[in-house]
Amino acid sequence: MTPVTIVASAENPLLPGLYDIVWSAVCLLIVFLVVWKYVLPAFNKTLDERAARIQGGIEKAEKVQAEADQALAEYQKQLADGRAEAARLRAEAQEEGAQIIAEMKAQAHSEADRIIASAQNQIDAERQSAMVQLRSEVGSLATDLASRIVGESLTDDQRSANVVDRFISDLESESSAQPVKGA
Amino acid sequence: MGTLNAANTMINAAEGGYHAPSMSEFFPASFLFEGTPFEMNRVMLIRLLATIAVVIILAVWAKRMKLVPSRFQSTLELAMEFVTVGIAEDTMGKERAKKFMPLIVALFFGILFWNVTKLIPFLNMPGTGVIGLPLVATLAVYVTYHWAGIAQKGFGRYLKDALVLPGVPPAMHILLIPIEFITKFVTQPFTLAIRLFANMMVGHLLLVLCFSATSFFLFDASNGFQFFSILTFAGGMFVFLLEMLVVVLQAYIFALLACVYINSAVSEEH
Repeated sequence: MTPVTIVASAENPLLPGLYDIVWSAVCLLIVFLVVWKYVLPAFNKTLDERAARIQGGIEKAEKVQAEADQALAEYQKQLADGRAEAARLRAEAQEEGAQIIAEMKAQAHSEADRIIASAQNQIDAERQSAMVQLRSEVGSLATDLASRIVGESLTDDQRSANVVDRFISDLESESSAQPVKGA
Repeated sequence: MGTLNAANTMINAAEGGYHAPSMSEFFPASFLFEGTPFEMNRVMLIRLLATIAVVIILAVWAKRMKLVPSRFQSTLELAMEFVTVGIAEDTMGKERAKKFMPLIVALFFGILFWNVTKLIPFLNMPGTGVIGLPLVATLAVYVTYHWAGIAQKGFGRYLKDALVLPGVPPAMHILLIPIEFITKFVTQPFTLAIRLFANMMVGHLLLVLCFSATSFFLFDASNGFQFFSILTFAGGMFVFLLEMLVVVLQAYIFALLACVYINSAVSEEH
């Protein structure tokens, strides 16, 4: 070992040499200054920015959520309105339809009544005219028949029956040649 | 101490023999500015290197800081939050801690890096293993807490709060005031410095002891004794792992006690 001359105080571990104090102070001061002036401000700035960003993000998310909620409520309201409107329209249409049907029915009834009445009238008129014609003809027919019966012998039953039959067949051929008007 | 040095000298004198760890390791020969206050030796150089390392790491971290952190940034942020929140704010409260934060952070990271050089190969020497640095760091805390207390309360009331325990019979003050004085003005700072210094010094000596003994048993001892190198090496590994814990723990304790002392100096209640 190289002989080292050692100052007594330097060898006592509890008594620092001046150089020891000086270098310690220099080192501590450097670290302190860098931490104080540069590192901590940067650290705090980053933390603050991050907090602000997160805060902003949360606020933005809340805003978007609120907007979405509002849009959903609006949409649901519109949907409900639409449903109500549709139900109203359906009810209206049903009512209108029922009304139309009732109207048509009433109209059809009145038409049918009218047709029936007019037919009845016609039938009555034709019957009337037939009656009139019949009345006017029955007289002459009866006279005609009587004259023919009287012209023939009235004693024989067979003969009178023949006369009646002939009369009727004449009548029939007459009526087929001259059909009744309106029948 | 004199006898210890004498014993070391005697052992060292036995050439090629067992090199016991000695106090002279902490006082290596200077190689620059010898005889001036800026005398530079190996330990001072290690301190400077550790200082430069911590400054560069923290400065690069601060410069590259982004809102979305990288892995490097997150890791250091975690460490920084451990100090700012876990040590300072939990002890002093958020508002009060803000004022003293630069000192606490500088002390924690500084002491951590000055300690950790003892575990780094080729440095193998804690910057805090020589009393100067623990003393200066303690002085910074000491001045800070007395100054903060006096600035907060005024000199008279600060002394009264510091020395006079409330709710004690008046006669007891004759006994208690000197005890409180010694506690606040002598014991607290002294233990703060010595705890750090002694832990680092003794840890280093233990490591040197174990590994130099391993080397001695393996290469210099006669056959049959080489087995002991396994034991001493295992012991050295154990101490090494322990020291990994201690270098962090001592930085933590130092910063935490600094907070506690500052807080008790500026607190309104005793």
